[in-house]
Amino acid sequence: MKRIEAIIQPFKLDDVRDALKGIGVDGMTIYDVRGHGRQKGHKEVYRGQEYEVDLLPKVKLEIVVADGRVEETVKAVVDAARTGKIGDGKVFVYPVDQAIRIRNNDADDSAL
Amino acid sequence: MMPKLSRRALLPLAVLCFPVAAAAQESTLDTGDNAFMLICSALVLLMTGPGLALFYGGLVRKKNILTTMMQSFAMMALMTVIWAIYGYSLAFAPGNDFIGGFDYLFMNGVGQEPQEGSTISHYTFMVFQLMFAIITPALITGAFAERMKFSGMLLFMTLWVTVVYFPLAHMVWGGGFMGGDGILPCLDFAGGTVVHASSGVSALVVAIYLGKRNGFPREAMKPHNLPLAFIGACLLWVGWFGFNAGSELAADGLAAAAFVNTHFAAAAAVIGWLVVEWMRDGKPSILGGITGAVAGLVAITPASGFVGPMDSLIIGFIAGAFCYYTVAVVKAKLGYDDSLDAFGVHGVGGTLGAILTGVFARESVAGATGLLEGNSQQFINNTLGVLFTWVFAAIATIIILKVVDAIVGLRVEPSAEEGGLDIAEHGEEAYQL
Repeated sequence: MKRIEAIIQPFKLDDVRDALKGIGVDGMTIYDVRGHGRQKGHKEVYRGQEYEVDLLPKVKLEIVVADGRVEETVKAVVDAARTGKIGDGKVFVYPVDQAIRIRNNDADDSAL
Repeated sequence: MMPKLSRRALLPLAVLCFPVAAAAQESTLDTGDNAFMLICSALVLLMTGPGLALFYGGLVRKKNILTTMMQSFAMMALMTVIWAIYGYSLAFAPGNDFIGGFDYLFMNGVGQEPQEGSTISHYTFMVFQLMFAIITPALITGAFAERMKFSGMLLFMTLWVTVVYFPLAHMVWGGGFMGGDGILPCLDFAGGTVVHASSGVSALVVAIYLGKRNGFPREAMKPHNLPLAFIGACLLWVGWFGFNAGSELAADGLAAAAFVNTHFAAAAAVIGWLVVEWMRDGKPSILGGITGAVAGLVAITPASGFVGPMDSLIIGFIAGAFCYYTVAVVKAKLGYDDSLDAFGVHGVGGTLGAILTGVFARESVAGATGLLEGNSQQFINNTLGVLFTWVFAAIATIIILKVVDAIVGLRVEPSAEEGGLDIAEHGEEAYQL
């Protein structure tokens, strides 16, 4: 099993969720986060006082899938989240040791 | 209700039947004036709560909003009690050139009937003035936002109103030396000097004495809720009609003129601020717009019953542009941390307004003339009056700060400032979303 972590533009969330639904991936956890890679922030001015804002709002998705499904899931996320501009985000993949469905103790792949 | 009805019904009858007997003491109370003034009083209180509370509250960081609102709210409570006990007396009872006497201690002598020469209930006059005594110290809280101890603030404000506000109100409005019969008659219709210049300068002194907020100016300390600040500012604008028009103490043509002047100045000041901001910072902001409006309202306060409507547009525009400059340029250059620009807007705006009143006062409005109509004496008086206020307020504030610092302390601990005063001073969090 692998955990796929995707940091994307907030306005791309619906597209990504639709794409995941399209390939049959239903479970996910979504966070509102802030951050940046190489994307420049913007300037805000309050009563003449300037502030550089470089912590930009992003959305982080976490999806855990069976090993065999990693490639198609990553592709679905990347294709849906891409705009071609700086700030699109990144995807990381991590190994997962165990998965348990709390309701009925289903384990590993059958818990996903 | 019933006794009044029958008395009112009988009086005209009595006049008809017994013209001589109708020489009973007739009240000079005018119901129109009295009703108007009670509503104005309510409007002025609205300016503090929730007007100023929201305006200031939205401008501070999330962790300090309750503290900021509590400071204004505490003034509503504390100043009322002080006023009732001795404040009104010290400000408005007959006294000397500098301070009133003790005639009205504990509301003694304050009753339903109007005072000599007045058309409103004495209660009405007293309570109208009370609302001014509430908002004036509340304005100062903007300078020490996010770092002042609640206990220190309460003691400071108690001493400040006693030593600065009550005497100043007396000096200008209560029969003192800056009033119409004094040796330095100043034109201050609704409190440009008494309220704004005094609180603004005192605010600057407190800001410098307390020192900057930890992390200022390196750390971003942006307003956490501009929509709240906007609501507060609009409440201030509307409430200001009570503040200025009500200072006529009657529902007459001059009150209407003051109302119009107030509104015109606010509007022009919005434009004045936004024009400069747009040119200098590239974008017109709503924070700029509402701050500009307040600057204009402050500046027109002393002038509202003495100038014409076109003068108000000019005064407002100048105030908007000039206060922008004070806040965005001067403050940054000099480096003091007047968190919410109590000095930049109220101190500077009030001083500007006092001086411009001496320039623009027109005989046709209320009988007083200014520089533009050839009277340089009024201009000099007004300028000297506000200068005196600066010196008086500054010195008194320094002394009070030292006293309070020694007894109770003024500034919160760094850890409290870091975690937020809402939790440290009041044990509450504003948003449990």
